[in-house]
Amino acid sequence: MSIVDTIRTAISALAANKLRSSLTMLGIIIGVTAVITLMAVGQGSQKGVTESIRGLGSNLLFIRPGQSQASNVEAAVYGGQALTLVDTDAEAISDPEKFPYVEGVAPQIDFEGALIAGGQNTRTTIIGTTPDYQYVRDFYVGRGQFISDDDVSRKGLVAVLGHRVAQTLFGDSDPVGKSVRLAVGPGGMITFNFRVIGVMEPKGATATGDEDDLMFIPLPTMQARIPILRNPQGLSNVFQISVKVRDRDDFDRAEKEIAVLLRERHNVDKDDFVILSQTEVANLKAAETEISQTLWAAMAAIAGISLAVGGIGIMNIMLVSVTERTREIGVRKAMGATRGDILRQFLVEALMVTMTGGGIGVVLGVTLSMLADGRTILEQSVRAEVSAVAIILAFGVSVVIGLFFGIYPAFNASRLNPIEALHHE
Amino acid sequence: MVKLTDITKVYRAGDVPVPALRGINLEIQEGEFLAIMGPSGSGKSTLLNILGCLDNPTSGTYELDGLKVSALDEEQLAVIRNRKVGFVFQSFNLLRRLPAVEQVELPLLYRKVANRRRLALQALVDLGLGDRLAHRPVQLSGGEQQRVAIARCLVTNPALILADEPTGALDTATGHDIMRIFQRLNVERGITIALVTHEREVAAYAHRTVHLQDGQIVSDEANSSPKRSSTAAERPLGSDAGSEASTP
Repeated sequence: MSIVDTIRTAISALAANKLRSSLTMLGIIIGVTAVITLMAVGQGSQKGVTESIRGLGSNLLFIRPGQSQASNVEAAVYGGQALTLVDTDAEAISDPEKFPYVEGVAPQIDFEGALIAGGQNTRTTIIGTTPDYQYVRDFYVGRGQFISDDDVSRKGLVAVLGHRVAQTLFGDSDPVGKSVRLAVGPGGMITFNFRVIGVMEPKGATATGDEDDLMFIPLPTMQARIPILRNPQGLSNVFQISVKVRDRDDFDRAEKEIAVLLRERHNVDKDDFVILSQTEVANLKAAETEISQTLWAAMAAIAGISLAVGGIGIMNIMLVSVTERTREIGVRKAMGATRGDILRQFLVEALMVTMTGGGIGVVLGVTLSMLADGRTILEQSVRAEVSAVAIILAFGVSVVIGLFFGIYPAFNASRLNPIEALHHE
Repeated sequence: MVKLTDITKVYRAGDVPVPALRGINLEIQEGEFLAIMGPSGSGKSTLLNILGCLDNPTSGTYELDGLKVSALDEEQLAVIRNRKVGFVFQSFNLLRRLPAVEQVELPLLYRKVANRRRLALQALVDLGLGDRLAHRPVQLSGGEQQRVAIARCLVTNPALILADEPTGALDTATGHDIMRIFQRLNVERGITIALVTHEREVAAYAHRTVHLQDGQIVSDEANSSPKRSSTAAERPLGSDAGSEASTP
C-alpha cells in the first residue's frame, strides 16, 4: 500500500473514533506544551543573565573595599564594608601618565533614600558619582544632561533621575528643571532639595541591579552633605571605583599595577581592597540565577516524563484498537495485505496521533511562552525565549514516542493469523 | 488450474495433534464451478483456507495457476491472495466504517493500480449497486452487503473465487439471487468458483460436488444439469437480485 493510502487509511480510522483519538492525543499535547514552555523560560533566564552582563559596559574593573581573600570573593562583595577606598584613590588611577591604558574612572557611593516630588514619593538608590560614569558604564543620559565637571566642583544640588524613577515621580511630564526632595537619615530627618537636570535612558536590569531605579548626584555633593560617610582621617570614602580599560590585553597589567598603587597609598601589607573583573562580577550573578535555571530544567524533565506517560496511553489505546479491529485485519490480510502493510498501517496511526498532538503542543507551547514573556509570575519577572532546538526536540521526542509505543501493537497486529482473525468475534 | 496432491493439515491442540485433512487429491479445471459439502468438522473450511492461500498445508503440494503455492512463505502468499484469489464470506466481512465504493477499492490498495475508483465503480455498477456507492454496511441489506463483497472480489479480476457459505446469512430468496450471480460470473466470465455449503439447493448451482468427511474426499460427482438461472445473458449481473427488498 502506498504511503499516501496508508496515511489516508490511518486518518479515517482515527476519525472513526474522534473522542478516543483526541483524548489519547491530549497526553502528548500537554507534554509537548509543557516541555516547550519550560525550556523557553529556562532559556529566557539564561539570556537575561547574558544581557545583564553585557549591560555592565565593557572592559571594566571594579575596585571595592575589603580584605584580600581571593578565595572568597563573595565576602568582599557582600560583606566588605570596611570603607577603605577614598576618592583620591580614584584620582590617582585616572593619572594618564601612570596608567595610559585607563580610559575612564568613576568612583561612586550608593545608599538608599526616599524621594518626594509633587504628590509622589518613592524609595530608590542614590548614587554619588562623577561625569565619567556615563562613559565608563556605557549608560547615558536620555534627556537633559548628566552631572558636569562644574556640578562636581561646586558640589551642586543637582540630580539625574533613572528612567523609572522619573516616571514614578513625574509621570509623563518632563522632570528637567523641576525639583525633588531627598530624605535621608533615621526617619528621613535630613532633607535636601535637588534640581533635576536630566533623565537617564531606559536600560533595564544588569548584573548590578535595576539600572532604571536610580538617582545620580555629584559625588562631592554627597560627601559634603552626608558627614557620616567621612572616615577618621577626614578623607572622603567611596564604595566602589569602576575603571574602564582601553584594551582587553591590558587587563591583567592594569589589575596588577592598580593593586601596587593602592597598596602604596594605603600603606598596608595585607590588601584592604579587592579588584574584580567584569566577568567575576557576572559569575557571582550567574551563580545566583543558576539555582533557578536548574529548577526550570528539572521542571522540563518532569514535563518530559509526562510525554512518556502520554506515550504509554497511546500504546494502551493502540493495543485495544488492534484487538477491536482483529476482524478488519483478517479481511485486509485475505485481500492481500502483507505483514508490512498491516504494521505500517498501525504504526502510522500511532504516529499521526503523536505528530498531530506534537504539532498542537508546539503551537500551544510557543503561544504560552510568548504570553509569559515579560510578565511577572509569582513575584519573579519571567523571560521566555522559544528556541528552534526546543521545538525540534519536543516534536522529535513525540515522533519517537509514537514509533516506540506504536511498534509493539502494530507488530502484534501484523502477526495475526488471517484465519483466526477472520473468525474473531 | 488447481491441483492438490496428498494434502494433509494437522492442527495442534496443546500436545495433541488434530488432523483436519488427511490426504486430499483434487483437481479443479479452469472455468469449473465446484461445490464442497460435508458435515461440520469434515475439514471443508480448512480445505477452502488452503485453496485461498490463507494457510499452508502440513504436507502435500498445491499448485495454483501453474504456481507451486505450498512452497511459498507468508508474504508471498499475501501477494497470491491479492492477485489470484477472491473471497466471499458467510458474514460478508465488510469494514464497518467504509462506504461501498471504498470497500471495493480495498484489494486494489494492496496492489498499486491506477484508476482504482473507476474500477470499483464499474464493479459496483455491474452488480446493480450503482445507487448504493456511498452507503455504509449498516445502511445496506444483507443481500446488498454480499453483493458489495462480491464486487470487492471481482474488482481484482481473480482467477479463482472462493465462497464460504455465501448464502448462510441470507433468506432463501436472496440466497438464490446471490447464487445466480455466481453462476453467471462462472458462465459469462469464465471465472473458476469453489464454494463451501451444507445446503443441497445451493450446491445444485455447481457443475460438480465434492463431499468431505473426516478430512477425506468421500465422493466427487459431476452435476450434469446444474440449476439454471432463467435470466437473459445481456442483463446486468445485479438485476438477478430483484426479488429482494432493499433498505434505503
